[in-house]
Amino acid sequence: MLGYYLDLAIRSLKRSPGLTLLMILIVAFGVGASMTSYSVFRAVSGDPIPWKSSRLFVPQIDIWGPKGRLDASNNNDPPDAMDYLDAAALMRDHRGKYQSAMYRVSPSIVPPDPHMHPINVGGHAVYSEFFAMLDVPFKFGSGWGADSDAQRAAVVVINAKLNQKLFGGGNSVGKTLDIDGKDYRIVGVLDNWTPKPVYYDVVNTGGFTTDQEDVFLPFTRAIDVGMPNDGNTNCAEVPKTPGFVGLQQSPCVWISYMVELDDKAAVSAYKNYLDGYFNDQKASGRFNWPLNNRLRDLPAWLASEHVVPSDTKVSLVVALGLLVACLVNTAGLLLAKFLRRSAEIGVRRALGAPRMAIYTQFLIEAGMVGFTGGLLGLLLTWVGIHGIGWVLPKEIASLARVDLGLLALTLLVAVAATMLAGLYPTFRASRVQPALQLKTN
Amino acid sequence: MQIGPVLAALRHHKAGTLLIAVQIALTLAIVCNALFIVHARLARLSQPTGIDESSLLVIGNEWAGKPNADQMASLMAADLDTLRRVPGVANVYATNSFPLSNGGSAMGVGHSPDKLKYVTSAAAYYADENTLSTLGLKLVAGRNFNANEIGLLDGKAYVHPAVVILTRALAMQMFPHEPALGKPVYISASPSIVIGIVDRLRTPWVDNSMAKWADSSVLVPYRRLTPVTQYVVRAQPGRLGDVRDHVRAALYAANRMRVISAKDGVRTFAQVREAAYRDDRGMAILMSGISVVLLLVTGAGIVGLSSFWVGQRRKQIGVRRALGATRHDILRYFLTENLLIAAAGVAIGGVLAIGLNLWLMRQFEMDRLGIGYVLGGVAALLLLGQGAVLAPALRASRVPPVEATRSV
Repeated sequence: MLGYYLDLAIRSLKRSPGLTLLMILIVAFGVGASMTSYSVFRAVSGDPIPWKSSRLFVPQIDIWGPKGRLDASNNNDPPDAMDYLDAAALMRDHRGKYQSAMYRVSPSIVPPDPHMHPINVGGHAVYSEFFAMLDVPFKFGSGWGADSDAQRAAVVVINAKLNQKLFGGGNSVGKTLDIDGKDYRIVGVLDNWTPKPVYYDVVNTGGFTTDQEDVFLPFTRAIDVGMPNDGNTNCAEVPKTPGFVGLQQSPCVWISYMVELDDKAAVSAYKNYLDGYFNDQKASGRFNWPLNNRLRDLPAWLASEHVVPSDTKVSLVVALGLLVACLVNTAGLLLAKFLRRSAEIGVRRALGAPRMAIYTQFLIEAGMVGFTGGLLGLLLTWVGIHGIGWVLPKEIASLARVDLGLLALTLLVAVAATMLAGLYPTFRASRVQPALQLKTN
Repeated sequence: MQIGPVLAALRHHKAGTLLIAVQIALTLAIVCNALFIVHARLARLSQPTGIDESSLLVIGNEWAGKPNADQMASLMAADLDTLRRVPGVANVYATNSFPLSNGGSAMGVGHSPDKLKYVTSAAAYYADENTLSTLGLKLVAGRNFNANEIGLLDGKAYVHPAVVILTRALAMQMFPHEPALGKPVYISASPSIVIGIVDRLRTPWVDNSMAKWADSSVLVPYRRLTPVTQYVVRAQPGRLGDVRDHVRAALYAANRMRVISAKDGVRTFAQVREAAYRDDRGMAILMSGISVVLLLVTGAGIVGLSSFWVGQRRKQIGVRRALGATRHDILRYFLTENLLIAAAGVAIGGVLAIGLNLWLMRQFEMDRLGIGYVLGGVAALLLLGQGAVLAPALRASRVPPVEATRSV
């Protein structure tokens, strides 16, 4: 029976090729535009570490008070980064399961191959627990231990790309690397770890960036050798002493901080600790404004930092609107097409076809339009994803890609949508009174 | 033309009528908001920077080999000298940043050293006595920096200028009721005297979040000694191409220990502008494209459904023609029918458009949709409807009266 209906549908669609083509094109455009926007949106709004994001937290302490907020647009939020004093105190107190203060660095490296020129790399100064906290995948070796933090050891973890460039991709653990004129021992090589967004430090990277993360070295070591920060520095007052040491003594904020808390009890204990820390500082005369701390989990933190660009969201809303408009349109055209065949339905009903059979026949026809439109829409999505770099920022557009899931979703959306659009016309078609139709003929 | 019969006929095509009306409403809502976004982006694109952008060239230079501050000072002086001697160069200065560069330093400007009490944020541009003429800035009050006022600033040190030049917008905000010239402002712990005011100088950022102080800039008299420096070069009229092709070679010939990016190390200001507004232009193109597709789809939908109606009513049209209706009457009938449906559609669509705008305003800090957009959209969609229905209506008007006698 299904084959028969398919045959009927093809015959019917062939009978008015213009209308059929129009419906297919409309479905294709709607699906292509919305799927392209969705693929971009999904790429930028996805959870970067879904298995753990609800256990990672970013503490914020209100070290500047109400005066530090020029306008009310940020919901009275405290600064979104930390000064050195508080970051060091929180690390020293060590109240989370894992935690790390971090700042962005951009040292220069002298490659071991004497024929290569010095290169500039990007990376972060972090604590040893950074790697376990974020489940960072290693290709060779591992992170450094807590003792290396304490000893300010000259050790470094490099990313796969840099390892490829400097050591041809081989196991370079144990080799030394000249960073800013000093020798560091390589303890680990990452397995090409490039999370997007750079969720552990959105303050200094903006989340989406084309910058590379090449090296990770101990925070304590970087501070010790005076490796300056390469990220944002936000100051409420001019530091009293110039230079990097002056920055460390100032209330300027430039350090990102993340902590892992595994259950509710741990979260509330940490919150109490953070509040207690603020109140202690207040009691010692450092602050004279009320408690205003924040402890957001990763998804809430990314939302509060507006990591997903609003252009991406607006495009998605508008493209979804286009899809709905296209479907309404298809429904109208299907209605016209189906009602025109009242006579045919009348004959079939008179010959004993139940309503269900009429439903099946017409929904198959609608589904075929949807499927063909979806296939064409898939092509348009592919074109769209490759062309989106023309209209959206490169660091965002480059993340969008066609995968099997998106492929299936595109087809499913198209077929389901046209069948939905065909439902009312089919309902109308199946209500045709056989006697009436036969009489007028 | 009586509306009564048209309405009576529409009652028999409820679903089709409703679908066209909904289609028109959705189209109006989306197109109004999309074109509003397009207009807002285009308006940003056309904001003036205050500088004379023609014949301007920027060079991003990075020193290799970690020179110290003293070495950098002499290297920079030598570079400025080298650039000045390139044929076709009119003027040059070294700075940290320039308008639309999308990178630079922002400072709070206030009436006291307390940085928490600043009046507004402003972009700080490092400048020397050649900056005004290189950028082509208009000095509306006071004077330019003198050569002996230009300080040398070690990389991580903080500025504390004795004198500054402000933009008019910044001066107005700092001193709304009195002339700013000669008054002290604080961008550091010590006061800086305002010695000059320029008409306009945009900040480096085009980001919406900093739009509030887009015209607040302060020129500070320093050469900053960091490994990365931007040279801004003005070419003599008509010599920009020449200068662009020769500056890189001239700088490398003078000193090889440097990096000038092969990709974007030397850019004309037209290229800087293009890069700065890439996202805005992209969004405008995307929204325009969606609007065009949507209008086409809606038009095609109306053509399709009207054609069907005409085909379905051939017999009735024949009867009317046989009873004495002219072709004109038939044509007018279908045009009126479409106008009625479209009117209902735009009425709903107008409400939807404003609703969608309110939602976008709340979610994405957009501006309020002007009523002109809605009215323009309404007019455009009514026209689109009439245009789309014209061909089927003309076909209907050509149905011969003899059709009345034929069975379908």
